[in-house]
Amino acid sequence: MEDSKAIIEAIIFTSEGPVQVDKIKEVLPDVEKDEISRLLKELMEEYEKRGGGFLLLEVAGGFQFRTRADFSYWINKFLKGRPAILSRAAMETLAVIAYKQPVLKSEIDRFRGVDSGSSLKGLLERKLVRIMGRKDVPGRPIMYGTTKKFLEVFNLKDLSELPTLKELKDLHEEA
Amino acid sequence: MGYEVKLEIFEGPLDLLLHLIKKNEINIYDIPITLITEQYLSHIEMMKSLNLDVAGEYLVLAATLIHIKSKMLLPSPEENLEGEEYEADPRSELVMQLLEYEVFKEAATQLGQRPLLERDVFKRGSSAEEKNVDEGKDEIDVDLNVFDLVEAFYRIISTLDKTELMEIDMEKMSLTEKINEIMDRLAEKKKMTFAELLGGQLNKRMILYTFLAILELMRLRMIRVYQAGSFGVIRVALVMEK
Repeated sequence: MEDSKAIIEAIIFTSEGPVQVDKIKEVLPDVEKDEISRLLKELMEEYEKRGGGFLLLEVAGGFQFRTRADFSYWINKFLKGRPAILSRAAMETLAVIAYKQPVLKSEIDRFRGVDSGSSLKGLLERKLVRIMGRKDVPGRPIMYGTTKKFLEVFNLKDLSELPTLKELKDLHEEA
Repeated sequence: MGYEVKLEIFEGPLDLLLHLIKKNEINIYDIPITLITEQYLSHIEMMKSLNLDVAGEYLVLAATLIHIKSKMLLPSPEENLEGEEYEADPRSELVMQLLEYEVFKEAATQLGQRPLLERDVFKRGSSAEEKNVDEGKDEIDVDLNVFDLVEAFYRIISTLDKTELMEIDMEKMSLTEKINEIMDRLAEKKKMTFAELLGGQLNKRMILYTFLAILELMRLRMIRVYQAGSFGVIRVALVMEK
């Protein structure tokens, strides 16, 4: 049983995307889910304590190794890539969708006071936003929501990790 | 000597209005509508004089501001009715909208400050995998030269029924039409083989036009033509605008 932790570590290391507890359970059917979660927590703490170049983090409902944000400059230099940056318009559109999903384009436009068509298109192309279906009203307009990739890109466990709109309002008033 | 023009970039009319409210240190619940309308309009004038496109939304809000201003100048008809609750402030709807927008603006800022994947934090194998997803995996792309195309052209010609070659096709077809047709079909399918582009039109004239159209489109860099090894299938793909 001592090996479980090492096995979990190896699974996460091998996986391309974040690994869910359920997936680990499939590989280790004898280990209880609570135990897996506990071991994951231990692993996360170990990496944190070690203070190395990367950490084990919980993102998009799973676990994944990620570099420490402190080293972004060097990693960008190594990858010779320009970091992907979203425009302010795109960020605003994304914020409205994240908080108001499922949301219609007309609602996004109203919240922002401008047409969000091109931002929306860009977000769909980058797979940060997806079509969630059509609303059952005349014209059957499309409803939009965020994707799992959105959680991955924004380093979120799930949507509840976002500050609530009320918290944001208070935050804004303090500033 | 040049002028240095420093312009604030606004994400829209609500953003501009918020900026004016902050700049004037105004209480958002009690906006002096005359002052703000004036400043808002002069801002739009400035944008116009700098030849910036003033989006329609800016004008809509300008109209709203003027409408609110005129409403506030008029005595409210409800004032005469006794027992009536206080009538709605004509500004209230706009204030609501501004407050909502402000929260989302803050939300966007907060989102942007998170440690973003591929900007601040990285996972294993970050570089290569994401960037090559669009490329076909089963075929190695070999860029073609004109001779390969000519060869393919002859190969198709040689499979033609000789008698059919004797027919004189009087149908007029311009190269421009063919180019447009190819672009239309590619716009739909993104990728096609040379044979698919020819379709069933196996007469010399059509093949010739298709061939010339492809050459022209290659020259204009509208399409990319490639082939997996010699004698492989020639594929024609739309150049994606980046």
